[in-house]
Amino acid sequence: MSDIKKFMYINTKAPYGTIYAWESLEVVLIGAAFEQEVSMAFIGDGVYQIAKGQDTSDLGVKNFSPTYSALGDYDVNKIYVEKESLEARGLTLDDLLGLKYEDEDDDWAEKDSIRVVSSTELAEILEQQEVVFSF
Amino acid sequence: MKFGIQINEGPYNHEASVSALNFVRAALDAGHEIFRVFFYHDGVNNGTRYTTPPQDDINIVNSWSELAEKHNLDLVVCVAAAQRRGIVDEGEQERNGKDGNNIAPGFRISGLGQLIEAGIQSDRLVVFGD
Repeated sequence: MSDIKKFMYINTKAPYGTIYAWESLEVVLIGAAFEQEVSMAFIGDGVYQIAKGQDTSDLGVKNFSPTYSALGDYDVNKIYVEKESLEARGLTLDDLLGLKYEDEDDDWAEKDSIRVVSSTELAEILEQQEVVFSF
Repeated sequence: MKFGIQINEGPYNHEASVSALNFVRAALDAGHEIFRVFFYHDGVNNGTRYTTPPQDDINIVNSWSELAEKHNLDLVVCVAAAQRRGIVDEGEQERNGKDGNNIAPGFRISGLGQLIEAGIQSDRLVVFGD
């Protein structure tokens, strides 16, 4: 049987305040070793997880946002951000981390991993998934 | 159908674990297979035998242990989440130099790969939590 499935990790919560975002990222990084077809989606307050310029020094907890930059090296390069969630929070693509990956099918050209999609488009993408984790 | 189950919340504080118990019982009654139940985040707190709820309340931990014994369920507690929250089996006790362990019967501690495998091997992965 084919063991390659379409995995989707949906992130819905703010990066700090609860541990969901950090422990979700741990699943994605471990899961990358299983060579599945992986996508991630950020919706609701989850969009703050990949916001630029995070500073947790006054919180006294670890700033794990630099770890998202490693996703490209793990072949996790389909990262969908819901447009409506960004707009509702006054954010744009420029406020997000510049996550990149090297496309092995295009002479290792550096490309953007993040795609801003409407909720309708995201629903279509979710429809195609086989395993959906929500955090 | 073969189900993988993920539980993200601890017992009592959240209904996720009891909902999952009910779902697993119903699935088994209907002739389905449970590939694995994976406990993550605070869900690992479902796996301590030190839980002692009042006598007139449901004992969620025992319910899992009994269901596991009856149906030979694979109840897996995530090791990284367990270490953060003090859920310990004999192996972890030895490795981390702790003075005891608290894993409940029928549960085992293992890695996140077990969750990914449940996603790959099951027809459906069902997540319980917010």
